Amino acid sequence: MVKHSQSVSRSAIEATDETFFNGRLQLERTAKGQLLDRLFRGLTRFFAVFVLLILVAMIAALLAGSMPSIRRFGFHFFVDASWNPVTNQFGALVPIVGTVVTSLIALLIAVPVSFGIAIFLTELSPRSLRGPLGTAIELLAAIPSIIYGMWGLFVFAPFFAAHIQPWVIEHLGSWPLVGFLFQGAPMGIGVFTAAFILAIMVIPFVTAVMRDVFEIVPPLLKESAYGLGSTTWEVASSIVLPYTRVGVMGGVILGLGRALGETMAVTFVIGNAHELSSSLFMPGNTISSSLANEFTEAVGELYTSSLVELGLVLFVITFVVLALAKVLILRMRRRAGVQA
Amino acid sequence: MRASQRYFHRRVVNVIGLVASCAAMIFGLFFLGAILFTLLKNGLPALKMAVFTEMTPPPGSAGGLLNAIVGSLMMSGLATLIGTPIGILAGTYLAEFGSGSPLASTVRFINGILLSAPSVVIGFFIYTLVVIKMGHFSGFAGALALATIIIPVVVNSTENMLKLVPNTLREAAAALGAPQWKITWYVTYRAASAGIMTGILLAVARISGETAPLLFTALNNQFFSADLGRPLANLPVVIFQFAMSPYEDWQHLAWAGALLITFAVLILNIVARFILRRTSTSG
Repeated sequence: MVKHSQSVSRSAIEATDETFFNGRLQLERTAKGQLLDRLFRGLTRFFAVFVLLILVAMIAALLAGSMPSIRRFGFHFFVDASWNPVTNQFGALVPIVGTVVTSLIALLIAVPVSFGIAIFLTELSPRSLRGPLGTAIELLAAIPSIIYGMWGLFVFAPFFAAHIQPWVIEHLGSWPLVGFLFQGAPMGIGVFTAAFILAIMVIPFVTAVMRDVFEIVPPLLKESAYGLGSTTWEVASSIVLPYTRVGVMGGVILGLGRALGETMAVTFVIGNAHELSSSLFMPGNTISSSLANEFTEAVGELYTSSLVELGLVLFVITFVVLALAKVLILRMRRRAGVQA
Repeated sequence: MRASQRYFHRRVVNVIGLVASCAAMIFGLFFLGAILFTLLKNGLPALKMAVFTEMTPPPGSAGGLLNAIVGSLMMSGLATLIGTPIGILAGTYLAEFGSGSPLASTVRFINGILLSAPSVVIGFFIYTLVVIKMGHFSGFAGALALATIIIPVVVNSTENMLKLVPNTLREAAAALGAPQWKITWYVTYRAASAGIMTGILLAVARISGETAPLLFTALNNQFFSADLGRPLANLPVVIFQFAMSPYEDWQHLAWAGALLITFAVLILNIVARFILRRTSTSG
């Protein structure tokens, strides 16, 4: 920092020296500076608008590409479970349900785990371990999606099929009410495996937001609670969590947005079957995995266009979800700003 | 008696809660360890010299990943060259010029959404925009898709880093009569250079493993090619195809490629953090 400001002031001083001795040059320079100022400002504004244009162009391109399918199927597209390239009959129900179900199960697993990690990192961990452990969790987010997919397919799925699934099918499969969720053959791959891998991938994102908002809880509040004799867990669950509720919600929804659009990992382990089945252990499909699997092989305008419409549906869903997450997190930050 | 019972109950709940959060931490760390272990176990034996010197083989014969590595480097490089300046300039607008304006808050909001937008949809977008127009898949389309992913990352980090530069620096330069572009160029950018660099490194790390958008844009090429106008081999798509194939040779190569990508990404991430930490503690 010190080095920077020194070199800066030196060049600035040289500049003023010159202009001081030459008035006309100074005037010219001022004019040139103003022109360049306008240019530079305009350039940055242009690229800021460019970011908006990317979004507009994305929506326009997807809409244009899905027109044939929208015209042909209309609203029926969303409630039709058939997906038949031979008869040219396409419906989005199976992938939409698959996307929503895998993401929700992923959140069911990821949210409590992320809460635990965030509490551990902000309240429990020795100060010297916070940095390295926090970084380790963040690195989970850096591992590419395709690596999760390979790991899920070659390591997790065989282990799951050999050691956990048979037991669950035998014991939980016969339960009333929820038993149907755990029936079928222990194949390893399927909806639940996809959701589990998604959960691991989402954990770092949810944890990061939770950590951020936990850290803005005023120490005074926590200290008061401790002073009244609260235990660490009581502070976490009755002070920190209620205070940061809005931000935590934002983090959870951000995780949902991430899970909805995740492609490669899911493609590896979900089994890619265009069927609705009640059991979580059966293969299924999501929007993104259908796109990754079928797009390069799709022939015919209607087939391609139906896939593009799937993409559009995915984009609209994630857009709404992410917008909601942003609004919640922003509101949390603003509140912290006002009180701080 | 009652009071001590309640106290005991609270203590028990506390211990259970804290043990559970330790368990959550271990759960997270376990999967990081397990994935890295699997990569090393399967990737290291497959990582021979041939991986770097030979082309991707047809099924059943030995070969390497040279064309895929070169293709990935070319596309990531071009994407960085396209995406970084756009991202930095847009981020500059958000932090320096428009910070309170409605345009800036709209851009900031939309950028936040693009930051987490599904990459598969971005691949689709470039497909309809470029691949259909050109009539075939190409490395150039792949680079454009990756650039679209880079831009929001760089916009976000640039804005945050520029905002960390103390206003007194800008005011000092302004008081010396420097025009605003000079203040930004010679003062703010320099003061925030480490942070901006970190953002770029993280963006590169983000795209080096991206697979889905490349499936629809660059596709793959079994032969060596440095022509961005044609389909271009790249590591992620090769890994995807080889891992899903039934051939053992291909699967070994897929693990070698997976090891290369993951460690490249992790090293980029750690270097980026290191740069940021060093500058923030020294200043």
